[in-house]
Amino acid sequence: MRTTSEMEITIGHLYPDLLNLYGDRGNVACMMKRCLWRGIRAKTIEFNIGDPIDFGKLDIVLLGGGSDREQMIVCQNLKKIREQFRDYVENNGVVIAVCGGYQLLGKYYQTGAGRIEGLSLLDICTEQGEDRLIGNIILKSELSDIPVVGFENHGGRTYLNGYCPFGTVLYGAGNDGKSGHEGIIYKNVIGTYLHGPLLPKNSRICDWLIEKALGRKYGPVRLTELDDRLERAANAYICHRFVKKNPVLEMFMKFCSEGTKTRIAGKY
Amino acid sequence: MKLRSMAAVWAAKITEKVCVRLFHGQGATWAGKIALLISPAILSELAGQVRQGIFAICGTNGKTTVNNLLSDALKAEGHSVICNQTGSNMLNGIAAAFVLGASADGSLHADYACIEIDEGSAREVFVHFSPSHMVLTNLFRDQLDRYGEIDTTMDILNKAIGSAPQMKLIVNGDDPLSVSLALDSGNDFVTYGIDERVHTGGQVREIREGRFCRYCGTRLTYRFYHYGQLGDYRCPGCGFERPGIDFAGRNVETDGGLSFTVGGKCFHSSQRGFYNVYNILAAYAAIRTTGQKAGNFRKVLSDFRPENGRMEEFWAGDTRILLNLAKNPTGFNQNIEVLIQDERHKELIVAVNDNEQDGTDVSWLWDVDFERLGGMEALVVTASGIRCQDLMLRLKYAGIQAELEPDVEKAVLKRIEGRSKNLYVFVNYTALYDARNLLKRICEEEHR
Repeated sequence: MRTTSEMEITIGHLYPDLLNLYGDRGNVACMMKRCLWRGIRAKTIEFNIGDPIDFGKLDIVLLGGGSDREQMIVCQNLKKIREQFRDYVENNGVVIAVCGGYQLLGKYYQTGAGRIEGLSLLDICTEQGEDRLIGNIILKSELSDIPVVGFENHGGRTYLNGYCPFGTVLYGAGNDGKSGHEGIIYKNVIGTYLHGPLLPKNSRICDWLIEKALGRKYGPVRLTELDDRLERAANAYICHRFVKKNPVLEMFMKFCSEGTKTRIAGKY
Repeated sequence: MKLRSMAAVWAAKITEKVCVRLFHGQGATWAGKIALLISPAILSELAGQVRQGIFAICGTNGKTTVNNLLSDALKAEGHSVICNQTGSNMLNGIAAAFVLGASADGSLHADYACIEIDEGSAREVFVHFSPSHMVLTNLFRDQLDRYGEIDTTMDILNKAIGSAPQMKLIVNGDDPLSVSLALDSGNDFVTYGIDERVHTGGQVREIREGRFCRYCGTRLTYRFYHYGQLGDYRCPGCGFERPGIDFAGRNVETDGGLSFTVGGKCFHSSQRGFYNVYNILAAYAAIRTTGQKAGNFRKVLSDFRPENGRMEEFWAGDTRILLNLAKNPTGFNQNIEVLIQDERHKELIVAVNDNEQDGTDVSWLWDVDFERLGGMEALVVTASGIRCQDLMLRLKYAGIQAELEPDVEKAVLKRIEGRSKNLYVFVNYTALYDARNLLKRICEEEHR
């Protein structure tokens, strides 16, 4: 394994002035800082509508959430990047797509006001439901040793068509409020409704993205552990607050805390 | 019918007294609720008795300040005014302002009513009465979990305005979102704004909500811009642009209070925060729109002491405490601006709750430019409130060390003893009442 200190990561933040609804800057800040703290050189390039994007130079792509109206503006511009974006994804490019960005990965988002054409990178689709699904949400995900926490606020119901979900819902609504699934994982792509923003309170997910991005570029790496007490405390607060409302979550929490006790001594 | 109104008024007055005495709380919402239960028509009856005009104050930030200032200004011209001055701005709180202001026989004697209205409640309130005027301060991202997207808020306001075609609008002309609402409504409107580039310090990285034209989706260009999406904008796509400004602030100074001119008249306020220039302009434009000269406005401004946790000043011994509501990114960034302009040593408590009234989604903390605090040497920060853990994490990623004290009272008590003698307390809604009651108590004990 190589040391990460000579490595470099470039994050492409797509359309930050349109897709920025729920603190998406926090996801960027989190990835940047967690690279820099490990001596990995990290930079973020912001792409606005109409800017040419060279996916070959990007290691992580972030697509945030926007209002329906803003998504409509974005979708009119997506055709130009669709093919390159698909190649990037198929070649194991790392993508984190949140909320509206997640919906845009699919074929379409059918709203009452019309159809927003997506990138069709994944064979999934979203339809507007009667009401919005709003509230704190907690997941169990293979990618994290502790529950994944966040906040969801979406009118769309996303149907996975057999793809692997990002997590199973322990508390909250998820993709469609019924399936018990939340988000999607395909190759190195994560799509999810979770904001809050997602990555700071779920540092394992952030590290998974970084690890995959470095792995693709430099071969397998193992990231050094960081002092994640604040990250885990903020995560644990949400878990504990809703734990009594869900027995499955309670069991999972017990399992997690036993598993992690040895690693994170002290405050949790 | 008259008897029923009287019963409603009496019941409300008693409820309020009981609430204040027993729970030390604000009884306004309960008083309004009970009055409406006894007589559902009470609000429209009383509002109908207002002699000259009803102002509705709407918009994301500045409602309470504009409402209080306008109410003071109207009083200074010799009018009697009904006002929901504490900021209880949903249906029950608004009903309370009227019933508590009514006389014992169930009638109301007022020339004007100044009523701030929560964006989400506007339609519901407009069923009871149609205001003669509406002030629209601005539209920023706020409590997305409650209102959904800003487009949803605009839809609600659009429908509310649509139900009152006679209502004259007083609109922040620097805000493309507010202006588009006014244009779409077809109602008569006047504008206020700041008509020059003002330098208030460093560049803020912030989200501009209305960056893209509401009409054609093209990115707006700015001749100059102040904060948020406020400025002198134009759409290169369809020609939508900032309208002519009827009440234009010029010669703006923000050092040691605020001063500026409007139509050749000079105004000065000891208030802090550049954004307050907009609030003052809004109140001034509103009173002038009634045709009054507002000759006493300057005095009203110099006497104006906010008493509702909006940049409210307290003294405990020789420690100065400034309490302010900070509940969304744009408002918070403006608070940080105030902090940066104060070059003395200082301590800062930030309290973030996530109760229903605050908005249960705290992701907006990541849209606040806390990074700017990183450049300040003489600053001690405490993270407090229900979501203090989220705040700690946000500050960590902004490179700022902070102390954790979940209990707002304890945080204030500890920091009041701090070395700097200069304490800022920035809190969101539900933390405001606790913090304010505590500070009032401390200051009263001091003076005893």
